[in-house]
Amino acid sequence: MAEESVKTISVKDLVRKVLNHEELFILDVRNTDDFDDWKIEGKNIHIINAPYFDLLEGVDSIRDKLPSDQEIYVICAKGGSSEFVAEQIAEAGFSNVYSIEGGMKAWSEHLEPIKVGDLKNGGEIYQFVRIGKGCLSYLVVSDGKGAMIDTNRMLNPYEEFISEKNITLTHIFDTHLHADHISGGRKLAEKHGADYYLPPKDAEEVQFEYNHIHDGDEYTVGKATLKAIYTPGHTIGSTSFVVDDQYLLTGDILFIDSIGRPDLAGKAGDWVKDLRTTLYERYKELTDDLIVLPAHFMTAKEMNDDGSVAEKLGVLYQQNHGLNIDSEEEFRKTVTENLPPQPNSYQEIRETNMGKISPEEEQQREMEIGPNRCAVR
Amino acid sequence: MEANKILDAKGLACPMPIVKTKKAMADLESGQMLEIHATDKGAKSDLAAWAKSGGHELVKHEEENDVLKFWIKKGQ
Repeated sequence: MAEESVKTISVKDLVRKVLNHEELFILDVRNTDDFDDWKIEGKNIHIINAPYFDLLEGVDSIRDKLPSDQEIYVICAKGGSSEFVAEQIAEAGFSNVYSIEGGMKAWSEHLEPIKVGDLKNGGEIYQFVRIGKGCLSYLVVSDGKGAMIDTNRMLNPYEEFISEKNITLTHIFDTHLHADHISGGRKLAEKHGADYYLPPKDAEEVQFEYNHIHDGDEYTVGKATLKAIYTPGHTIGSTSFVVDDQYLLTGDILFIDSIGRPDLAGKAGDWVKDLRTTLYERYKELTDDLIVLPAHFMTAKEMNDDGSVAEKLGVLYQQNHGLNIDSEEEFRKTVTENLPPQPNSYQEIRETNMGKISPEEEQQREMEIGPNRCAVR
Repeated sequence: MEANKILDAKGLACPMPIVKTKKAMADLESGQMLEIHATDKGAKSDLAAWAKSGGHELVKHEEENDVLKFWIKKGQ
């Protein structure tokens, strides 16, 4: 009887609810360290933590904290313990209890495509929001041709999307050598016969053939044009793209509410000047109307009402603290001192992206667990 | 390391390694040692957190050919 009242919900359906800013109550039953490190966040999410191993014999200890008039969504690392706890909650007399299928692992891997806008010469640009990890990747589409920027490891969501829309991929770019997530760019390019591009300064140690991106290079995708601008600072090779003079893809250099950190390749001190020049000179020469599309977001506050993460460059110059530090010394301190912890496994992730190591899929998954932490505020 | 009891939790996914550990622990006297073998990667941080919250001591853990081994000493 009791077990029948436990339902499951897919991460896909849960993401929809989060992006629609629905009121949600979530019980996270992972251990408290994992919860503190990384959890589901959103504008109207009420989330509490109680480790499953304290709830094996019943949920009396948290009964007071559970709502009786609202759905209860239970999540754990992979979906096993959440089901177990959801049953305990149902047995305690609660209805509308859901276990989230696949847990935080599935949450971390889900990509949701959102249309950002139309291109002036015909075509569209889509943002793939990896909500569980704060990664953003982009697809520029025009005349049936497509270019991907900062592709994530999971290729299925992209491939389903391009086959549905009948798109032929021609160009795959990485704005820099990523340290927080494993790039799917090279693999996607190989599978679809597209060309894979990297900034050569980030790629001195890579173990595979790739095409070089240089400052000022222009790429034609259908009727759309992508122009490369060399914008170092997060890494020495970091490159941005301007799409049809409308969109500015900033990679990990500039985010909505923060700026890139210069230390993930171990060179914080050296790259501070580059970061300063990029943010305070190079981007400033661009028009304020460009819509900034970063490769990451850190909190739900950076998200627009439709779930997209995008803002005009001019607005960021007014509101983003990292663009408004007058003193060079203070800027240096901000981006080199008291930095957040480095992303989990960031060295192994860099080596994987260089083709130096080739971990199994399950290992790659483990390496990517956790938040992205590519920014400083 | 000498254990009073060995628990094979290999191949089990969460929450079973902890469910079994808890049961096995109940049969031990305080101060006695339980050795656990598991393959679920999540067991590492979960067993450590569980031992701590239950007043037990995670004395040692090691990894051998994808098998995680733990030694937990029962608390008071």
